[in-house]
Amino acid sequence: MNPITYECPADKATAIASASNDRDASYLAGGTTLVDLMKEGVLRPLRLVDVSRLAMTEITRFASGAVRIGANVKNAQAARDPDLLSTYPGICEAILSGASQQIRNMATMAGNILQRTRCPYLRDAAQACNKRDPGSGCAAINGYNRTHAIFGQTDDGASDPRSCIATYPSDMAVALAAHEAVVVTQSAYGEKRYPISDLLRLPGDAPHIDSNLLHGELIVAIELPPFHGASHYLKVRDRASYAFALVSCAVAVEMKGDRIDKARIALGSVAHKPWRVPLAEAMLEGRNAEADLFRQAAAVALESARPYAMNEFKIPLARELIARGLLQATGLAPMEGVAGTAFAASVGGVAVNNG
Amino acid sequence: MKEPAMNEQSKDERPSGAIRVNGHDYQLSFDERTTVLDALREHLGLSGTKKGCDHGQCGACTVHIDGEAVLSCLTLAVATHGQDIVTIESLAASDGTLHLVQQAFIDHDAFQCGYCTPGQIMSAVALLAQNDQLSDLEIRDGMSGNLCRCAAYPNIVAAIKAASVASKAGL
Repeated sequence: MNPITYECPADKATAIASASNDRDASYLAGGTTLVDLMKEGVLRPLRLVDVSRLAMTEITRFASGAVRIGANVKNAQAARDPDLLSTYPGICEAILSGASQQIRNMATMAGNILQRTRCPYLRDAAQACNKRDPGSGCAAINGYNRTHAIFGQTDDGASDPRSCIATYPSDMAVALAAHEAVVVTQSAYGEKRYPISDLLRLPGDAPHIDSNLLHGELIVAIELPPFHGASHYLKVRDRASYAFALVSCAVAVEMKGDRIDKARIALGSVAHKPWRVPLAEAMLEGRNAEADLFRQAAAVALESARPYAMNEFKIPLARELIARGLLQATGLAPMEGVAGTAFAASVGGVAVNNG
Repeated sequence: MKEPAMNEQSKDERPSGAIRVNGHDYQLSFDERTTVLDALREHLGLSGTKKGCDHGQCGACTVHIDGEAVLSCLTLAVATHGQDIVTIESLAASDGTLHLVQQAFIDHDAFQCGYCTPGQIMSAVALLAQNDQLSDLEIRDGMSGNLCRCAAYPNIVAAIKAASVASKAGL
């Protein structure tokens, strides 16, 4: 067994230098993805650079209204932050509908964004997976593909070295996408700012690469632009709590009088990253909020979906979530629970059973 | 040939550092990949914390680190330097009087086989420390990271509810 080293640098520059200079290095923060995948033998870092003690733990509101969240803020802390709850409730709903209390206590904001797919074939070393073993193929295409992508996947057949139909698992990042969050990084080349939709990537012809970060590039903060509207997250899953989404939807709507000024919609668990639907968004702008319009936009959003044998159900589910998310965010329909909580985000399950 | 996965621990373990458990400081030698769960059970003989799935899915291994409920199976021991780990072994008073959550689990028969119980209790204690006015719904959601294969859930919720009443009454 290869020896492994652990270090806990006192500052960002040291951490970045250490990780950048060693291809076998990995950052360690909350550990909820990394330690699990090390046990599975999917990830085999030889140098752990612990960034969890770096001082990136503040949530700051600027005079402009924008909010900056340090990369090391724990998910549980972010979800109860008054500034986030009042202005970006959909983000709190998304965080609280994800994982369990223990995992939210451990996971950091940056680590949440960088969590890896829950495609079962990534974790099963006996199966073909281009993400784990590039060139081996994609066992999901003709396999158990109930949880897999309907948008943006690469499918040139199960044995093709480029194929990957995995979905991205984060709830929080779907809400960050609807709020057009910017991810701030530092690397040996300086600071960089990525709109979250540009940080994450589709499988393209390199499905083993999850994000556009350079090796050793460190996420230091997430910035949320000023927002004057309503945001909301809805999630459908197999059990009422502590399950990944089958489909989820985040909406962020800003009104000007009676008309929709700006609408942003992101779907979760349908693609290799949060899936924005710009055609549907454009249909809403300048229009009055009403149910028929929302259903038309939802239909357009799903037009280009390409489902598999086991996941055709995602199409009507996603349509319904878009329409319902918009209805609830604009106040045309009531939420099932208090805004900013997991109960507002849960479709069915705990919220309904307990009134 | 593939390298062995992480669980196949090397025998020649190197000194890795300090770990603080239930108020005691220990200097242990373990591989850097050793989790807090394995350090507790295999190195310190503290077998109250249980290994269920070992992948963060069942909550049987829940402990407190700096007051927060976390999964010891996904926490590397080497990364806990300077932090306080608290396990089920330290909940009862030194004279053997049980913590009120432990007593409530007994009073409400909140277990059958008992394997998940230490994790359930550690989660419940942290949950009540944050908020002792929880609805049944909030208890269910707050406890969803702790699975019980015997499905003692109704009694677990009842026990936590009773403990929260007792806690408010200062019992």
